[in-house]
Amino acid sequence: MPPEARLKSPRGVSDVKPPRLEIQRSPSDVPLTEREEVPVFEVSDLSVYYGAFRAIRNINITVCERQITSFIGPSGCGKTTFLRCFNRMNDLVEIARVEGKLMYHGVDLYHPEVNAVEVRRRVGMVFQKPNPFPKSIYDNITFGPKIAGIKGDMDEIVERSLRRAALWDEVKDRLKASAMGLSGGQQQRLCIARALAVDPEVILMDEPCSALDPMATGRIEDLMEEIKSEYTIIIVTHNMQQAARVSDMCAFFTAEVNETSDTRTGILVEFDKTEKMFSNPSDERTENYVTGRFG
Amino acid sequence: MATPAKTLTNSPEFVRERLQGRRFDAGGFLFRLLLLGILLITLLLLAVLVIEVVSGGWSVLSTRLGDFLTGKLVTSSERAGISQGLRGTFFIGVFVVLIAFPLGVGAAIYLEEYAPHSRLSRIIDVNIRNLAGVPSVVYGLLGFAIFVKALRNLTGPESNGATVISAGLTLAILVLPIVIITSAEALRAVPDSLREAGFAVGATRWEVVKSHVLPYAGPGILTGTVLALARALGEAAPLILVGATTGFLSEGAGYGLSSLQERFTAMPIVIYTWGGRPQAGFQNVTSAAIVVLLVVVLLANTVAILLRNKYEKRR
Repeated sequence: MPPEARLKSPRGVSDVKPPRLEIQRSPSDVPLTEREEVPVFEVSDLSVYYGAFRAIRNINITVCERQITSFIGPSGCGKTTFLRCFNRMNDLVEIARVEGKLMYHGVDLYHPEVNAVEVRRRVGMVFQKPNPFPKSIYDNITFGPKIAGIKGDMDEIVERSLRRAALWDEVKDRLKASAMGLSGGQQQRLCIARALAVDPEVILMDEPCSALDPMATGRIEDLMEEIKSEYTIIIVTHNMQQAARVSDMCAFFTAEVNETSDTRTGILVEFDKTEKMFSNPSDERTENYVTGRFG
Repeated sequence: MATPAKTLTNSPEFVRERLQGRRFDAGGFLFRLLLLGILLITLLLLAVLVIEVVSGGWSVLSTRLGDFLTGKLVTSSERAGISQGLRGTFFIGVFVVLIAFPLGVGAAIYLEEYAPHSRLSRIIDVNIRNLAGVPSVVYGLLGFAIFVKALRNLTGPESNGATVISAGLTLAILVLPIVIITSAEALRAVPDSLREAGFAVGATRWEVVKSHVLPYAGPGILTGTVLALARALGEAAPLILVGATTGFLSEGAGYGLSSLQERFTAMPIVIYTWGGRPQAGFQNVTSAAIVVLLVVVLLANTVAILLRNKYEKRR
């Protein structure tokens, strides 16, 4: 993303809260293997432009319920740009424009009548750099539920979210302390807890472990494995071992250089089961990348 | 990338020779001295000013401080006081706080958080910066044309519009661009990751601004606005144009609302008038009045710093 593209323009961000549209989830007590794969997102022919510059083009992908889908590829191939389409975070970049279709349970996310605020309640996000609010641990968790108008015992929501993010035991005695005093790994788990607190259906993770040490990374991977039974997760990662370890499905992106303008546009090379992507990929470029010969 | 010259060898003798021995960085040392000198000159000028003023006004401040603060503008320097000047300055401060702060901070929030980055918003931004550099006399003329002449019936029909209302409004407009610029800069310093964090849990723009951006930018906004207040309290030129006076002031002028529509004066005007008198006694009361004005501005700054520290701790 170009650095000058700042979070601005309210274009497309409506401040009006519509009633929640209820979407049926398939019962979670049915084991994954016996359940049909329910598509959550169906992306067809999606391109994103920053002004005249095309960042990614013609992407087709289907993300299924309660799976971990990973996006891998070299730097600058548009993985993050693509990820930010799923909760309309690109709306905040004034010059960004999305073409093509991104269906969420059959609803076109980029239809003019879709409320981006509601989208982000259902599709949470965890960022590359931990970004807790400069407030107490408690307030970090409760902000989302409060603005969503969720009635209920906030103490309970805080405890449940922190437990699910495997952070409860470390912070239960200092919930009123500032979140800025936590370590990087704890901050990132707090950000995951904050995303879980509004009870989303999908969680987008943009290189969530790139600023963390291996121990903290391991904890977050375990955590993803645990919450996978309840959430659909899409993760962007630079770490191929991580993609291989945690994800069910894997998409490999690369950048093609446009000779005329000397810009790079991200394209999807291959999308398949992670197992197949790492053992027997169909595309030569994927093989070169996952075996470390390229990128 | 520069390639190191191949003539360099890494033999132990050579490395030892290169690493040992203190080298005197003459250029760096001179530059450091120069900067220190500039700082000292600035401080010295300030010190001379303060010492001069305090020593001049000491005879008044030490012997009759109470009388001086509560006394009125009279022709005898022995009995002259600044109560009317303090009153005018107080009301000017109130007007600036009540009008310039909300308008300025509001405009800054709109420009930074809501307005699209178009050519128009850039033009507006540049113009606000230019407005901040317009001489205060020009704002005085504006105040005279609008508040004293055109809106006379609102600002004070019996005093021909030359009231503290006109003065307060004029100075509020004078500092408005400064408030907008400093607030906008404080908002720009808020990291985008904080906004993203808010949006990602489903907050609307207003919720993000209210709950995260404003608390983060608050201390910076506060500092800027109080500096603007200090500027307004010290301005004399616009006040002269909107009709501040030191004669024919109402006898019983208090701090009531009705007193807003009477003829007025303010601290800078008192200082300006007294400073122009030839008698030795008036030089002393002028210095004393300057000291009082400095203390008032310092107090405003102190309050701002205390508030800022209080809010910054919560980060």
